[in-house]
Amino acid sequence: MTALTALCTIVAVGILLIILSYIAMRGIGALNLRFLVDSPRPVGEGGGIGNAIVGSALLLVLSCVVGIPLGISTGVYLSEFGGGLFASVVRFLVDTLTGIPSIVTGVFVYAVIVLRMGHFSALAGGIALALIMIPIVARTTEEMIKLVPHSLREGALALGAPQWRVTLGVVIPAAASGIATGAMLAVARVSGETAPLLFTAFGSRFFPRNLNEPIASLTVQIYNYAISPYDEWHAQAWAATLVLMTLILSINILVRFLTRKKF
Amino acid sequence: MSTITPPIAPKFEVTSRAALPQSQTKIAVDGLNFFYGRTQALHNITLNIPERMVTAFIGPSGCGKTTFLRTLNRMNDVIPGTRVEGKVLMDSEDVYAPGADVVDLRRKVGMVFQKSNPFPKSIFDNVAYGLRINRLTSSKSELEDRVATALNDAALWSEVKDRLKSSALGLSGGQQQRLCIARALAIRPEVILMDEPASALDPIATSKIEELIVELKKQYTIVIVTHNMQQAARVSDLTAFFLLGKLIELDTTEKVFTAPGEKLTEDYITGRFG
Repeated sequence: MTALTALCTIVAVGILLIILSYIAMRGIGALNLRFLVDSPRPVGEGGGIGNAIVGSALLLVLSCVVGIPLGISTGVYLSEFGGGLFASVVRFLVDTLTGIPSIVTGVFVYAVIVLRMGHFSALAGGIALALIMIPIVARTTEEMIKLVPHSLREGALALGAPQWRVTLGVVIPAAASGIATGAMLAVARVSGETAPLLFTAFGSRFFPRNLNEPIASLTVQIYNYAISPYDEWHAQAWAATLVLMTLILSINILVRFLTRKKF
Repeated sequence: MSTITPPIAPKFEVTSRAALPQSQTKIAVDGLNFFYGRTQALHNITLNIPERMVTAFIGPSGCGKTTFLRTLNRMNDVIPGTRVEGKVLMDSEDVYAPGADVVDLRRKVGMVFQKSNPFPKSIFDNVAYGLRINRLTSSKSELEDRVATALNDAALWSEVKDRLKSSALGLSGGQQQRLCIARALAIRPEVILMDEPASALDPIATSKIEELIVELKKQYTIVIVTHNMQQAARVSDLTAFFLLGKLIELDTTEKVFTAPGEKLTEDYITGRFG
């Protein structure tokens, strides 16, 4: 049994390592400082992905600002106050929302926001990503808060704490590292999304000036370069993939570090 | 602790019974019924709990003693589908009256649980929690004083004074329970409810908690649920015996353990059932 599970683990982790090292191998060649800070240029003139890095960062910040508070609040509601029919319906909808293909979310935001506004924008892209984050954050928050022992709530209630203070001051802090992990998972998930951004943020070859215009992102740039017929752009796509992976990894490590268990 | 052979005659050393009849009633319960959904857990309980005394509730598992204890500070309110009938008068005010302030009640009636439940915070923050949420202190130094006093009253100060900032979860089981007592004491309640406070502790930690209870009754009204009859005999002034959701007998501890008025009580304390 031990041998079997160990073998499966090695296969699973091995595949992951192969993917990572292959990307590193293919990507490292085109990687240099100029590539990280420059904006794209026509084929044959080099250029970089500086604007896409900034764009991806902005899109992530936007989606976190919208998605994480909404997701956490929903999760807290479901676990702490959600006993009735309404909560069951919300829980079901959240589960359904988790399963919606991201391209559908993209088309939805395109229809509802992009068409109304009349143009692609970073805002629409951020909202599309937030819509993908909310159900993930909500469900993990709910599960993590449910793990907080009931005795802790009773201890706080018995000291004369009103319900909302128990939730804010005892329950959420006790579940904080789990909630942060859930938020992290959501960030990692949306930072790899391409489809919803094609219809919303669209992409751009310049550095972003404001959030009301189309904006570049690493994933869309990788997509555009990967389907192009030029070898130079293919190499750049690999390098951009390596950058994207490194960024996601660093965010993960950073959040792990910030939310490590203090008590 | 010597082994006791039935019929038991426990030693009474701790309590002075002289003051008993003169003591004021702190909590008066009148005709209390309690329901979990359709199941009735308590049947028509009527009793008085005297001020600054230790009242122990004994009885077999599932007899309703914990449920009854939790009606006194309305902790059962948090369990969905429960219902209360009858009156619980605290200083002559009905705690179940419409408009009665639950939060205020719980400030006056502290509670210590069976399983110690320190918050995943520092030792200091655990004790300071009740003071902070109820805004009972006006300055940092006052807060520190109150925390130190509470830890001292709970006989924990000397063990933790150098590690107030470290996690409460690093304390031993007995220390955690005394921390929970300190947390309850910090907001200076009038009544302390203890739900089998020593049931998860070793004999040494248990004796510390028991000494503490005897010390605390000088200032507080204490109600303790215990399934350990020797413990009830050691620490309490009054003992109430519960069976199947009914109050069978309430009398001085000495009387209950030496000459119980009811056959059922006698059967229970002599170990014939339970």
